[in-house]
Amino acid sequence: MTKESTKVIKEPLKVKKVPSFLVSITAVILGVIAGSILILIIGKNPIVGFERLLFGAFSNKRRIGNTLSMSTQLILMGLSFSFAYKTGLFNIGGSGQMLMGGIVSTILGHYLPSSMPKPVYIMIVVIGAVLIGGLWGLIAGFLKAKFNVHEVVSSIMLNWIAYWLVYDFIPRFVKDQAIAVKSKPLDFSRTLGLEWLRKATGMSTLNLGFLFAIIACVVIWFILEKTTLGYNLKAVGANKYCAEYAGIKIQRSIMISMAIAGALAGLAGLTYYCGYSNLMEMGKMPNEGFDGIAVALLGNCSPIGVFFAAIFFGALKMGKGSLAATGIPTELADTIIATIIYFTATSVIIASFWNKIYKKRYEKKKAKLEGEEKK
Amino acid sequence: MSHVIEMLGIRKEFPGIVANDNINLQVEEGEIHAILGENGAGKSTLMSILFGLYQADKGVIKVRGKEVSIKSPNDAFDLGIGMVHQHFQLVHNFTVAENIILGKEGGFVYDIKSASKKIKEISKHYGLEIEPDMVIEDITVGMQQRVEILKMLYRDADILIFDEPTAVLTPQEIDELMVIMKNLASEGKSIILITHKLDEIKRVAKRCTVIRRGKFIGVVDVATTSVNEMAAMMVGRPVSFKVEKAPKTPGEAVLEVENLNVLNNKGVLGVKDFSLSVRRGEIVGIAGVDGNGQTELVEAITGLRKIQSGSIKFLGEDISTLSIKDRNEKGLGHIPEDRQKRGLILSMPIASNMVIKDFDKAPFSKNGILNKDAIRDYSQEIVDKFDVRSGEGIDSLAGMLSGGNQQKAIIGREVTEDPDLLIAVQPTRGLDVGAIEFIHQAIVAQRDKGKAVLLVSFELDEIFNLSDRIAVINSGRLIDIVKTEETDVHDVGLMMAGIKAENKEENK
Repeated sequence: MTKESTKVIKEPLKVKKVPSFLVSITAVILGVIAGSILILIIGKNPIVGFERLLFGAFSNKRRIGNTLSMSTQLILMGLSFSFAYKTGLFNIGGSGQMLMGGIVSTILGHYLPSSMPKPVYIMIVVIGAVLIGGLWGLIAGFLKAKFNVHEVVSSIMLNWIAYWLVYDFIPRFVKDQAIAVKSKPLDFSRTLGLEWLRKATGMSTLNLGFLFAIIACVVIWFILEKTTLGYNLKAVGANKYCAEYAGIKIQRSIMISMAIAGALAGLAGLTYYCGYSNLMEMGKMPNEGFDGIAVALLGNCSPIGVFFAAIFFGALKMGKGSLAATGIPTELADTIIATIIYFTATSVIIASFWNKIYKKRYEKKKAKLEGEEKK
Repeated sequence: MSHVIEMLGIRKEFPGIVANDNINLQVEEGEIHAILGENGAGKSTLMSILFGLYQADKGVIKVRGKEVSIKSPNDAFDLGIGMVHQHFQLVHNFTVAENIILGKEGGFVYDIKSASKKIKEISKHYGLEIEPDMVIEDITVGMQQRVEILKMLYRDADILIFDEPTAVLTPQEIDELMVIMKNLASEGKSIILITHKLDEIKRVAKRCTVIRRGKFIGVVDVATTSVNEMAAMMVGRPVSFKVEKAPKTPGEAVLEVENLNVLNNKGVLGVKDFSLSVRRGEIVGIAGVDGNGQTELVEAITGLRKIQSGSIKFLGEDISTLSIKDRNEKGLGHIPEDRQKRGLILSMPIASNMVIKDFDKAPFSKNGILNKDAIRDYSQEIVDKFDVRSGEGIDSLAGMLSGGNQQKAIIGREVTEDPDLLIAVQPTRGLDVGAIEFIHQAIVAQRDKGKAVLLVSFELDEIFNLSDRIAVINSGRLIDIVKTEETDVHDVGLMMAGIKAENKEENK
């Protein structure tokens, strides 16, 4: 009798559900396998290929610094996309928001008096980039909230508006007399670069932006998990009908969410054009806007996931330069990224694969328990 | 007597659930045989197996004594089995005859004339009163259902399955359907009636098979079994149908709706010149067939929909232009019609769902920072008090709960706010008898505490059971408001069809 009653109290067996990071890691592994097959097809050794990729990304201080510096934009763009996505919005306008952040910081970099102390200067460019990026996001949010214009349509158009504005502003305000299609390079003291950091990392491009990206991860995590604002935005994203019923102002939430997403992308523009690089090119739409979507998907739209996914993609992008020596085309790294994105996009299949395994395990355990009970 | 249908030892398993476990069903020729069970008991699965939509994992199906394998609805048709679905499968801008011969047109040139003639004959024979050249969208829901029946008869089906046929009908239409079913049976057709409504079984069925949680409970002779006995078999314990409700004198008006006009989704008036008041300590039930303006009325009161004209007063103050949030804060609780769309965020845990209206207020947050402990304590309190059962307590995602527990969670949330006015729309739709009992008690408890309750339901039983006064709505208009004890199902049914009882007018 006592034996039976303890059985009842015992926690019932549950079928475990696959955690999202396992899905992401599975996607990465599948992507790497697919990449290996591709390398084999062109008759090279995949182990050498991946060894070179890792070598290019992490083999010395400078390379690690450059990888982190490359990842900085990806973290911020991934966060930007994730944040909007949590509110049920698809921010494909990251590129435009990033361009606007970049051009405003570049112009500020050239026009603010060079006597200004660096901390004050940096504060001003950060505010400038965040505000203009936020405004660019807010426009799309406003159009969605007030006129029900889909944010994908409006933000793609805003990408092109930003593109042509930059095209006009570079020659108008920050023209480089030597090369007509680029902006004047910023003096190192006017970028996010820090002398000691540059020296410590063997003259890499690692800059203050990486710190900003980490801070942004923490802040976004805090907003999403700990604040009423995050709760509000997530509720709208998860079920806007229920949010509306509960009295949440959906239109306001959409605008806030897009503005914050835009602000993050604007900050990415600052770290890219005034940190990783020191100039802007005319007629170039940054890829980071789209890479950010991949980062967000692989990172399951969580700040911590985005952080690691961005470093991973950053490493692939940085490491691919070293592939050339092996005769493996550098495009291979991009192919692996693309494959991983495909696998991430089919995460439902991966998840159901894992869930089936979990279920089988559960059934075995259950059968075993039942067998014991019969005894 | 010979069995026209025999299903023996039927088992059907879905991932994680045994929908049918060793179920037996034996239907005699010319019999109306009811299948009684709560929602999710496995009635529909059993019928889907008979109709060829699912294959049984185990068990034997015999039709007219011969063992058969039914692989698709077409096989079922060939065996003379027809099903009248809960949701009609008719083409709206086709005529009755066109709908009936759809899929059975014959050759390249279809012969609608002889088809019409046959339809007329069948209609007359069974008293269906359907004209073959009427267009579906012009006829009533009850008539559409009869077209579905005709469709089966036209195809020479002599075993008819009715899946919850009365859900969409007015009481008068239900009466007509009952007569038709009896006619069909007396002509030798065998009928399987799937339902959870006991009074309908009592009225037409000869025998009744009871299913509970996928298991076969028994077959009873309807005439010699009381409603309470059948209910106890269905639920597994004795059930009280009547909610205990002491008489109460209503107090001041909490909600006063005057000359309200509201547009529906099609852009025409869905609520027309509607006036109603709900006072403290009373439940006002709105009776009407689905789609007669109830949704628009509730959305207008709660702020989800803009009004065209008129006024909505809450404790004397006009709230018709206030935001949803302001209305909620004034003391308006709302149990929404669609619990999964409006009522809960299914992908969020119960704890988050319990504070969806108040997360921005103390003690659940301070200066914009959430207080998770306060939220958890509060949610736990609701979950305990309202017996919301789930796998992981307040951490379970709302979507993982059963319908009844989802509804209990919503009602817990709304009632714990202690609103002066509680609007409950279809609060027990799709729930089993046990949960219904619990929810009805919770609603009556609000009334007994001196709060006002506005109940909208398509189930007349529920309206009569709970309401102190009944307001009948038809095509967006208030037909009449009557005291529950001074009316009956017949009169309310007539009013639901838009006909006002004249004699009631005088003694008002």
